[in-house]
Amino acid sequence: MTANTPSHDDWPQIKTVGLAGILVTFSPVLSEPANRAAIAFRAAVKDQGWTEIEESNSTLVSAFFRIDLAAHRPEPLVERLRDMLGTQNWLDAPLPDGRTLWRVPTLFGTDRAPQLQEAADMAGRSVNEAITDLSTTTMRALTIGFAPGQPYLGTLPDHWEIPRLSQITPRVPAGALVTAVRQFCLFPYDTPTGWRHVGQTGFLSFRPWADEPFVLRAGDEMIFDPVSETEFAKIEASVKDGLGGAQREAIP
Amino acid sequence: MSALIVRSIGPACAIQDLGRPGFLANGLTRGGASDPTALYEGAALLRHAPEMAALEMAGMGGTFEATADMRIALTGANMTATIDGDPAHWNASHLLPKGAILAIGAARRGTFGYLHVGGGFDTPLYLGTRGSHLSAGLGQLIAVDDRLNALPDSGTETGLHLIPEPRLDGGTIRVVPSVQTNKFADETRARFEATKFRRDPRGNRQGMRMDFDGDGFHASGQLNIVSEIVVPGDIQITGDGTPFVLMHECQTTGGYPRIGTVLPADLSKVSQAPIGGTLQFEFLTFDQAATIQARANTSLANMRRVVKPLVRDPATMQDLLSYQLISGAISATTKDEG
Repeated sequence: MTANTPSHDDWPQIKTVGLAGILVTFSPVLSEPANRAAIAFRAAVKDQGWTEIEESNSTLVSAFFRIDLAAHRPEPLVERLRDMLGTQNWLDAPLPDGRTLWRVPTLFGTDRAPQLQEAADMAGRSVNEAITDLSTTTMRALTIGFAPGQPYLGTLPDHWEIPRLSQITPRVPAGALVTAVRQFCLFPYDTPTGWRHVGQTGFLSFRPWADEPFVLRAGDEMIFDPVSETEFAKIEASVKDGLGGAQREAIP
Repeated sequence: MSALIVRSIGPACAIQDLGRPGFLANGLTRGGASDPTALYEGAALLRHAPEMAALEMAGMGGTFEATADMRIALTGANMTATIDGDPAHWNASHLLPKGAILAIGAARRGTFGYLHVGGGFDTPLYLGTRGSHLSAGLGQLIAVDDRLNALPDSGTETGLHLIPEPRLDGGTIRVVPSVQTNKFADETRARFEATKFRRDPRGNRQGMRMDFDGDGFHASGQLNIVSEIVVPGDIQITGDGTPFVLMHECQTTGGYPRIGTVLPADLSKVSQAPIGGTLQFEFLTFDQAATIQARANTSLANMRRVVKPLVRDPATMQDLLSYQLISGAISATTKDEG
C-alpha cells in the first residue's frame, strides 16, 4: 500500500451491483486511505439506519450496501450517498470507534508452517528477521471476506511484496497464517491456498458453535506474537474455545 | 413429533431454506436453496410460509418412512416418486400415512428437487436458520437413518397441485449490467450474447461453469482488478476466459471480472439446467431488469393463487397430461385428495 491515492476526479465511484445493491468505490487500486475510507463510510451510512439498506459491508476499497433494486429506484439512493460523500474527505476519515486489538500466539515456521523459509528468502530476510517483521507489524483487518470470518490483513513492510505461489498448496489447516503481496490471511478452516504458510495459530475467525461466531470486524487490528513449539503445544492442549489463547483489548 | 426416517438417500441431499442474510460483513453469503422458487411452490402447496425448511435433493432423492400421518409436497426438478409403490405427482401435495414409504428417484428433468413437509422440517438452527451452507461448515449432507423432524403442522389439505414457472431445461438467461460490465468491449459482450453455452458437469452450489466452443471472453485490464464484492448471479470470467455463474453459496468477494449479473428471477434456470443443457445470455437494461424482477417477486408472493386441487375431472386430467405427467400416474392421484 502506498500513502498516495489517485486523486482523480472520477473517484469515488458509485455503481449498482446487478439488482443486489449499490457499491461506493474509493480507488481503483488498494491503498491504506481508500481502505480506511471504505470502512469509515460504511460505518457512517450504517449509523444512519436507512430503511432501504438490508445489510452492508466493506471490501478492500469499497463500501457495499445491499438494497433490493427491484423494489427501490437507485437514483435517489445514489443521490443520498453522493451527499454523504460530500460531507467530508473520506480518505482522511478516522477509523470508526469500537475496534479491537487481538494478540494471537503464533508458531512461526517449523513443520507446522513449512513455507516460512521460502517466504523469508523471497523477502530477502533471514528466518529470524522474517519472524521479527511478521510478529511486530500491527496488522489491520482490511476486510472480512471470501470465507466466513476470514480477515485480509495489511500491511507488511515493502519487502514483503512477494507473489502468490504458482502452484496452489492443496491444504493448509484451520488457523494457518499465510502471506502474499504484503498481506496476511488467517483461515477459519482447512483450505487450499496460493499464499505461503508462514505461521500456525489456534485462532479460528469463524466458530459456528460459539455464542460469538465471528470475532473479527473490518478495521480490527492483530499482532501475531511468536511462541515456542512447547508453548504452542501447551495452548493447543489446554485452549478449547477456538481462539488459541488470543487476548483482546479495546482500541482507544 | 412426526418425522421422516431416512431409509436411503442420494449423495447430495441437504436441508435448505431461503438462506441466512445479514452476515455479509462477516464474509458469509446468504446461501439457501438453489431454486428458491421451488420453496415458494412447496409452501403454497402446503399453505405454510416460504421460510420453512425443505429437503434439497441434487440429482437423486431417497427413501423416507413417515412416523405419523404427514403432509408432503414435491417441487423443483422432476423426479420419479412413489408412495407405497403408487406413483405420486410432482408439483403436488400428498398425504403420507403413518408407516408409508415415500421413494424419490433420479431427476428426469432439472437438477434440484425438493421435498417439503407440512410445517417445515425442524432441523437444528445454525446462526438463526436451518439452511445448510456446506462450504461454511453449517449443516451437513443427509445420511441413512437420519431422523428429519417436522414442526407442528396446522394444515390438513392435500391433493393440491400447481403448474410451475418453466425453468428446468435451460434456455435464455436474462442478465443485468453490473460494476464491471463496461470493462468488456462491445464486441465481446455481443459474442457473449450470441454464444450457446452448455452447463458443464463442473458445477455446484457455489458456481456453475459454462462450457462453450470458440475463444474465451476477456476484459480489458483483467489482471488489475482489486478483489471486490461478488453476489449470487454474477457471471465471473476466469483467467482462461471461461464464464462461471456464481450461485447462492458463492464467496463474498472475488478477484475475477464479472461481465454481468443473472437476474435473480432467472438464477433458478441456471441451477436447474441439466448437465449439457443449453444456456444463452441476454443483456437487459437496468430498468428492464428491475421491472421484470419486481413482477417476478410479485408472482412469488402470490404463488398461492396458482394452486389448484388435483381432481379427477377429465378435463383437468387432460390438462395435466399435457405438461405434468410423464407416464400413467393418474390412478395414484385420487388416494391423496383430502
